[in-house]
Amino acid sequence: MPELIEWRDGVVRATRDLTHDIRTIEIAPSGEFAVPAPGSHINVSVLIRERPDVRSYSIVGPCTDGLYRIAVKLLKDTRGGSAYMWSLAPGARVQISGPANYFELGLGRPEYLLLAGGIGITPIFTHALALAEAKARLRVAYACRSRHDLALAEELRERIGDRLQTFPAEDARVDLPAEVAKLDRQGEFYVCGPIALLEAAKRAWRESGRPMDKLRFETFGSSGRYPTVPFTIEIPRLGIQVAVPADQTMLEALEEAGVGMIWDCRRGECGLCALPILEVDGIVDHRDVFFSDAEKAGDAQLCTCVSRVYGNAITVDTADR
Amino acid sequence: MADCRPFPLNAWYPAAWSHEIQRELSARTICGKDVVLYRRTDGDPVALEDACWHRLLPLSLGRLVGDQVMCGYHGLVFNSAGRCTFMPAQKTINPSACVRAYPVVERHRLIWIWPGDPAAADPAVLPDFHWNDGAEWKGEGGTFYSLACDYRLVIDNLMDLTHETYVHSDSIGHDAILDTPFEVTHTENTATMTRWMIDIDPPPFWAKQLGKPGRVDRWQIVNFQAPAVVVGDVGVAPTGTRAREGDRSQGVNGAFLAAIAPETETSCHYFWNFVRTFKTDDEQLTRDLQRAHVNNGKGVYDQDHVVLEAQQRAIDKHPRQPFYNLNIDAGALWARRMIDRMLARDQVRSAPGQAAE
Repeated sequence: MPELIEWRDGVVRATRDLTHDIRTIEIAPSGEFAVPAPGSHINVSVLIRERPDVRSYSIVGPCTDGLYRIAVKLLKDTRGGSAYMWSLAPGARVQISGPANYFELGLGRPEYLLLAGGIGITPIFTHALALAEAKARLRVAYACRSRHDLALAEELRERIGDRLQTFPAEDARVDLPAEVAKLDRQGEFYVCGPIALLEAAKRAWRESGRPMDKLRFETFGSSGRYPTVPFTIEIPRLGIQVAVPADQTMLEALEEAGVGMIWDCRRGECGLCALPILEVDGIVDHRDVFFSDAEKAGDAQLCTCVSRVYGNAITVDTADR
Repeated sequence: MADCRPFPLNAWYPAAWSHEIQRELSARTICGKDVVLYRRTDGDPVALEDACWHRLLPLSLGRLVGDQVMCGYHGLVFNSAGRCTFMPAQKTINPSACVRAYPVVERHRLIWIWPGDPAAADPAVLPDFHWNDGAEWKGEGGTFYSLACDYRLVIDNLMDLTHETYVHSDSIGHDAILDTPFEVTHTENTATMTRWMIDIDPPPFWAKQLGKPGRVDRWQIVNFQAPAVVVGDVGVAPTGTRAREGDRSQGVNGAFLAAIAPETETSCHYFWNFVRTFKTDDEQLTRDLQRAHVNNGKGVYDQDHVVLEAQQRAIDKHPRQPFYNLNIDAGALWARRMIDRMLARDQVRSAPGQAAE
């Protein structure tokens, strides 16, 4: 559902580097503090190239001290939200929303498998603590690029012991079909990570024949299979070309160029901002969860809010008549 | 907002009689939350938020398909955990599409719902309502759905039976109620009002049930379980048979049962029963007792109904007018103190889903 964001002031209380590129930021909200349920995020108003924009960050819970604690990974080649967040020092004023939740934890299942990829650990960490608190059976698989990228792993291990397994890419890969096979038939699988990991998890889940509603996931639109590079959009119907820099989405670039677009979620879920693809000079890097694998393979359309081109250009049609 | 809401959310409330929830969709509003109730094919009751994720049409206007609810507008399907399992005209399902699934427990012939934080929903803290099981105690009650008063007015009413003398003078009222001292005690989450009237003439209702001439000892032991259950142990026994000391074998013992669910701030669903341990096989008596309580405006509870709704209308007209309290209100005030404590605990834990509402 489209959020009606109620903005309020917040003050950065502390920051702490968990790894070389993951930092927690603690924000004290003004006014009433709503305790965030596991899986919640807050929106933060960020400045990118002097212009306000909005980013969502998962909360590292439980926030029992009245502070919203978020973890932000500094992303070099993307749109600049993380760079702004990293510029915030204790005492900095920010605009934030109250917590909202698109990744709710369902309680009372016989067993849980949690899978985190990289910075996807933030909601998974919080879910794991809540499940441990509820004395649920759980396992956490945490994959990341290297041992140096493991954030929150020690804290989590203190709480759940060897129910946490870490998979730095140099050591081991998560054997998803095997992990799924070990899970109770009525168990649930929660995944947060980059799109490639999510799609592998979905595939393993589907192939195990389990009901899709027991696979719960959240992704972040900034992750793709290919690097984030600038490219050009050609729109023959309108006779224009639109440049998409690395730090902007296709949707933002199109709107800035005056192309009429409709959209809702802006995170690759609803499919409203999709446009038909006429031609590609490069590879379409589908980063959404709206299209099925088969639809993505067909390259007939793409979700402009998150998906990109790895290459030079894409030719698309619009709804203009 | 939480500040003025008169009911705690982190509590079990009755949502329906067990027999009312079948393989069809039933809508209720509990604590300001619209819910749709139904029974799965395995018999388990389900309570979902009664608003489709997509365009908010009440799901209760849709239909039950197996264990799932299909919205009557665009066919979105939600399973009993509240998760969307079908969206029209697309191959995938938006991962955040769901409606709230409320914890429910079926016990004591009622279906109880927990409107607050699901993580705190512990069946161990369900109120004790075993008198309603239909086993040792017999009786068939009913529900005043959408009774137009703050649920706390019903609790006030039940915790102080002085009102019987005036509201129910033709059946259970008696001047002895006014003359007899009573005792109010409490624990962490219960309050009890106890009144023993020794050596009195029985009021008409009890004289009839006892079916013996002569003077009686009458008891009223009314117990409140926070936030909204009241059980009144009531009866009479011939004077001199040592009922007060514990031997009720010569008397007749009944219990009035009340489990109340706030509907809004100024209305509630009042699940009631009057059960007894005497003549338990007498079905005509069961029907007669039901009629004694609810009978086209002439029953005991019909009489309360009139008072409670008139009281709420007066409160609405004079919102700043304070209540004054009498000595007789001690039980009600302990009950309200416990409700206030639960409200304070709610504030501490208030989860985002609820705080936003």
